[in-house]
Amino acid sequence: MQSHLLLMAIFAFFVSLVFAVIAKDDVADQLRFGGMMFGGFLASAVVLGWLMYPFPF
Amino acid sequence: MPATAAEETQTGTLFLLCLASWAIPGAGHLWLGRRSKGLIFLVALPLMFAIGVAIRGRLFPFELSDPLVGLAALANLGIGATYFVANALGYGLGDVRAVTYEYGNAFLIVAGLLNMLVVIDAYDLAMGRK
Repeated sequence: MQSHLLLMAIFAFFVSLVFAVIAKDDVADQLRFGGMMFGGFLASAVVLGWLMYPFPF
Repeated sequence: MPATAAEETQTGTLFLLCLASWAIPGAGHLWLGRRSKGLIFLVALPLMFAIGVAIRGRLFPFELSDPLVGLAALANLGIGATYFVANALGYGLGDVRAVTYEYGNAFLIVAGLLNMLVVIDAYDLAMGRK
């Protein structure tokens, strides 16, 4: 398991899961909050990755 | 004013609750009857820690001479009993040559920090703040 994207997605999943369960009591709220957080993690990583693309190091 | 016996009992129970919650992720929530939350923490946090170990992350030593290493060790310790089991079995030595080394460290450190948040959440629940 050496794919950085996959590891980042797994990391984002666990963090989103725990935060959603801590922050919300209702299952629907947990799914919404966790999904948004997970999506935010992935989107931020892709955007930051592209922003860093021109850097030589 | 000195604490009453009831207050001391409550303090002792709270301490035990936090200790259990730290040692076994989710134990505090299970204790308080929050079964689904407790089970999610019980599965998710040790699994995250195990993935960190599996991808060659390192359990940092307590080195006061290097503050960042010391802080990482403190975060590692946040996962509770799992930390001592992994140490006793010789896991978590880390392999700095592995391409997943830094990811492994992130998994191990964040699993510990998340468990600290879970302990605080259990404390808040026990105090009736949530």
